[in-house]
Amino acid sequence: MTTFWSGWIIVLTALNIVGCWWLIRWTMKKRAGESSEGDVTGHTWDSDLQEYNNPLPRWWLYLFYITLVFAVVYLVLYPGMGTWKGVLGWSSHGSQYEGEMAAASAKYDPIYKQYAAVAIADLATGDEYQDARDMGKRLYLTYCMQCHGSDAGGSRGFPNLTDDDWQYGGSPEAILASIANGRNGIMPAYAHLDETSTGQLAEFVLSLTDRSTDTAGAEAGKAAFIANGCAGCHGADGKGNQLIGAPNLTDAYWLYGASPSMIVKTIKGGRNGVMPAHKELLGDDKVHILAAYTYSLSKK
Amino acid sequence: MSHEVLEKNIGLMAILIILVISVGGLVEIVPLFFLKETTEPAPGVQKYDALAIEGRDVYVREGCYNCHSQMIRPFRAETERYGHYSVAGESVYDHPFQWGSKRTGPDLARVGGRYSDDWQLAHLYNPRDVVPESNMPAYPWLFDATLDGEDTGAKMRALNLASKATCPKCELYSEEEMTAAKDAVAGKTEAQAIVHYMQGLGLASKQW
Repeated sequence: MTTFWSGWIIVLTALNIVGCWWLIRWTMKKRAGESSEGDVTGHTWDSDLQEYNNPLPRWWLYLFYITLVFAVVYLVLYPGMGTWKGVLGWSSHGSQYEGEMAAASAKYDPIYKQYAAVAIADLATGDEYQDARDMGKRLYLTYCMQCHGSDAGGSRGFPNLTDDDWQYGGSPEAILASIANGRNGIMPAYAHLDETSTGQLAEFVLSLTDRSTDTAGAEAGKAAFIANGCAGCHGADGKGNQLIGAPNLTDAYWLYGASPSMIVKTIKGGRNGVMPAHKELLGDDKVHILAAYTYSLSKK
Repeated sequence: MSHEVLEKNIGLMAILIILVISVGGLVEIVPLFFLKETTEPAPGVQKYDALAIEGRDVYVREGCYNCHSQMIRPFRAETERYGHYSVAGESVYDHPFQWGSKRTGPDLARVGGRYSDDWQLAHLYNPRDVVPESNMPAYPWLFDATLDGEDTGAKMRALNLASKATCPKCELYSEEEMTAAKDAVAGKTEAQAIVHYMQGLGLASKQW
């Protein structure tokens, strides 16, 4: 704030307070020709309506003075007069917010930290770590349920965390990495393929789970699966690759739907499954506890 | 001058009343028009691109601000959930700002990157598809409404006027950007536009 605006605020505020005090004193002053206290003022309305010259009620007058005193005391203690920081040195983001954060950090950080050195697999299964899993559940319900659901059952495009199928691996390390650094799964769109090729590809994918009704089409689709590079991510046998999040096409778990029409849609339009990174937002200790809770979900 | 003069002279009384009630504004509002903190972009804060402008207009039209604030206060309970508290310099490109005053839903000031595009789209189409407990209305019509971008350039011109008047260091839209705006927007659905807008909210704070 420049000196000018600081001065502007100080002068106007001070004048305002002094003005209020002056106004109340000035209006109380007895003027020449004024009737004395308790008498009628001499004003008459509607031929017979008169008013007494009574003083302000004391309680009202004293309250008025108290507000003036309050204003002065407040402006000395707290910031208000331009760049004046106040005797107490209070500020909303400084002493209040950072003080609140420091106090909370001193109180809560050790609670999270006590589990940081415990292996995720132990946290997830040990009876003595039920507290950690309860904390993990509360964290989960704040930060994770929007996508994975409050029951961790997921929904289309958002993985179910309670089964034993994992896009990027279900080991404690893999789960921790998914939560901390996020994941970005990209299935490219094969919109350039004609209807026949797309249909044959889908037929081959269906055949991996014994659902194909067109053996010749599935055979042709198998060749297309190699030729179009699908095997590069999903593997020649369609079993996927957890290192890059390419789903296993031979199991019963389908993130984007298992029906022939959904498979065709996935081939044509591609998919982009994004798990946002949480390390920055939550910090290592909370991510560790969340990973343990997530790991425990599939171990029940 | 005494009471009687004021009581019998309504013009003088009006002037004095205006003087008295304007003191608060002169002290608390007017200096904000001239402070660095309120008239300069915070580090990393950028103007909206063409699609984000349209998305923002959809946000305003649908009344998202009735349930979602974009103002994180400096309290631990808020910053733990949403991220760094909001600062004035983040709102310099917002005309009008979307701070809001009611949270039926969560604050959105830092929602950018918090969820994937897929999630945002699925959630807009029907919130219950991804969050069964949600009480947010569904916005399926945003997926049918296609933008033509006819007015996007003109909106940029209007935003330039607002920026010039309130924010000397704000970046203005160039003539090229205004010309290119139509093509950047035309053919996109309103759902794509509003998701694009939301995915940009609060990104600047990540580098603080």
